[in-house]
Amino acid sequence: MTEVSRPPEPGSPDAPLVDLDGTLYASGSQVRTMPGAPTDLAPELTDSALAHESGLELKARSQWAYARSRFFRHRLAMGSLVVLIAVLLCGAFAGHIASYSYDAIDLNNINAGPTTTAHHYFGTDQLGRDYFSRVLYGIRTSARVAFFVSILSTILGTLVGSFAGYFGGWLDNLLMRFTDLILTLPPLAVLLVAAARLGNGTINLGLFHLGQEYRVALILALLFWTGIARVVRGLFLSLREKEYVEAAKASGSGDVRIIFRHMLPNSMGPIIVNMTLVTAGAILTESALSFLGFGIKPPTAALGNLIAQGETQMQTQWWLVVFPGLTIVIIVMCINFIGDGLRDALDPTQRRIRA
Amino acid sequence: MPEPVLSIRDLAVHFTTDDGVVRAVDGVTYDVYPGETLGIVGESGSGKSVSTMSILGLIPQPPGKVVSGEAMFQGRDLLKLSKKELRRVRGNSMAIVFQDPMTSLNPVLKIGFQLGETIKAHHGSEKDDEVKDHVIQLLRTVGIPQPERRFEQYPHEFSGGMRQRAMIAMAIANQPALLIADEPTTALDVTIQAQILEVLKTAQDETHAATILITHDLGLIAEMADRVIVMYAGKIVELGDVNTIFAAPRHPYTIGLMESLPRLTADEDWLRPIPGQPPSLINRPPGCPFHPRCFLSQGRARCREEEPPLRPIHAGGTGVHLSACHFAEELEGATSKLAEPTVAEGVT
Ligand SMILES: Nc1ncnc2c1ncn2[C@@H]1O[C@H](COP(=O)(O)OP(=O)(O)OP(=O)(O)O)[C@@H](O)[C@H]1O
Ligand code: SF4
Ligand SMILES: [Mg+2]
Repeated sequence: MTEVSRPPEPGSPDAPLVDLDGTLYASGSQVRTMPGAPTDLAPELTDSALAHESGLELKARSQWAYARSRFFRHRLAMGSLVVLIAVLLCGAFAGHIASYSYDAIDLNNINAGPTTTAHHYFGTDQLGRDYFSRVLYGIRTSARVAFFVSILSTILGTLVGSFAGYFGGWLDNLLMRFTDLILTLPPLAVLLVAAARLGNGTINLGLFHLGQEYRVALILALLFWTGIARVVRGLFLSLREKEYVEAAKASGSGDVRIIFRHMLPNSMGPIIVNMTLVTAGAILTESALSFLGFGIKPPTAALGNLIAQGETQMQTQWWLVVFPGLTIVIIVMCINFIGDGLRDALDPTQRRIRA
Repeated sequence: MPEPVLSIRDLAVHFTTDDGVVRAVDGVTYDVYPGETLGIVGESGSGKSVSTMSILGLIPQPPGKVVSGEAMFQGRDLLKLSKKELRRVRGNSMAIVFQDPMTSLNPVLKIGFQLGETIKAHHGSEKDDEVKDHVIQLLRTVGIPQPERRFEQYPHEFSGGMRQRAMIAMAIANQPALLIADEPTTALDVTIQAQILEVLKTAQDETHAATILITHDLGLIAEMADRVIVMYAGKIVELGDVNTIFAAPRHPYTIGLMESLPRLTADEDWLRPIPGQPPSLINRPPGCPFHPRCFLSQGRARCREEEPPLRPIHAGGTGVHLSACHFAEELEGATSKLAEPTVAEGVT
């Protein structure tokens, strides 16, 4: 065969969509196994013809699509997602749901137990403030903190981890020793010192006035990125040995391009799962800080400082601790269940769904 | 002979390992001429991949290090380029097709995106829809049906053969002057190998690129290559025109390689593997690296003591023919079963 011949015509016997084990990698509703599917198709049988024959609609289906369908079938995670969204919506629309403002004092009606009359569903506190509305506003504050912490620490951790893992060598050493250093700091002590040092006013960044919740969030984020950094570094260490990363290098992509366009998409699953862990951790830590009086200070309601406030009267006014406490538990549990669901859904070893 | 596209001189690449320094490539010199296909054959570990990857800066450094040599490509010594300049060469004027299409494509990125990335890495200013048109054109060139739809698909929706087509499309995306195919068909089903070779030929025609074809497979060399380099233990042991090498091999290792192939035309039910193991690349014995395994040596002291230089041989073929054997002339009259005309047809 010395003459140079043309490439095969389209629809050549290249068995487009059927792998050797007879698994049809087409999509539509889901991937099916076709026992004994031919591996060498007749030339005229193109993949679309094949798909048509087996009643499958062909559509590109990414790992995200697989993950999404798996997540949607994870009952606990889906239930948790619904509950969490409901709770967060209550927080977001606190002003519309609650009948009272969170700091409206009513000295004629102090320490009232939960009742439906006058809409004090969660009772009132020592100053006669409606506890239901305080809890709703507390959700809003805590959610804001948690959101900010998870975004910031994820970005920070991903940057540190990806550069350390990709470049290795001295940069990896430097970044990881720094990460270790942060990890060895006793978190509560640092938080208390930082919180005390930074005062409790707003942060003034020229144009931006950030409320005290963002100050707390910033401190938390600066401590919380380490977990994600380590996970991402580990992922990048193994990813950079992959042949497709080498192929990307061989095709002339630069380091930054490879990190962000070729390797980061492969790390999104674990990053997202870790983000949920950080979010749950942030809510708990912020509550602890506020409980200790170093986080968010009254009159602003936060779930932690509500518990602190009620703690002294717990014997008689149980509702002051139980409602905000329960809210924290529900939120954190939901986030953790969602995290579990995401982890299962994003696990690449479960890529193929068998009908 | 026209000016070579790539001119490698005395290339040496070492890897520093816990056991010592591995001399993976040890003084390799060759040229690649425009439009030709140069085959590189040799056992696993003989330094075929390292000798080409190292000139593009694609070996891990450390432990790897290019300790000497020159690689002239388009008027510049690749080994002296900065990282950034070298990056502009990779995937642009010199491109690689890797062995395993299953692992060389990123599973979470669409095929179209990955091909587009290769173009954008070198032509950052090209608009997205131009890139897309370009990619679809490439997919069509390599014979992927329905390229518009395939553009949007992920690697797991492609079969092995289709993926290798996509990899070839990626390699020729920027009209390279030199294409390096490192075992492009080894990971594929036999039935698909032949098709991929056709695609590779088309790609060569489209781009007029010179090609370095790295393989274990002498049948592939017979079909595709114009000239052949036989490597053993990091060195070139024989170099010559493909017909000359097959008709008149002049190195015992080359003969051994050919003997170890199944003869498709004859009633041969046994193979003759080369006895012994490839030598350690760490503590290389003095003399000829092949001497412990060589049938021709017969214990001659010269083989053990003096390293044979790569020298011109006159075995009657066309073009330059080099062999690194002291006693190459004693192989006068040796020929290989692959020289028989029907064989190349059957082996793909
Ligand atoms: N990263 C590395 N670290 C240490 N040694 C290496 C490394 N990469 C390659 N080598 C050494 O270099 C030698 C040549 O390897 P190379 O990959 O070029 O072989 P090859 O001829 O391409 O083999 P194959 O046919 O198996 O691909 C091998 O013996 C190997 O021990
Ligand atoms: S130099 Fe000696 S050992 Fe080496 S190939 Fe020739 S005959 Fe064999
Ligand atoms: Mg190799």
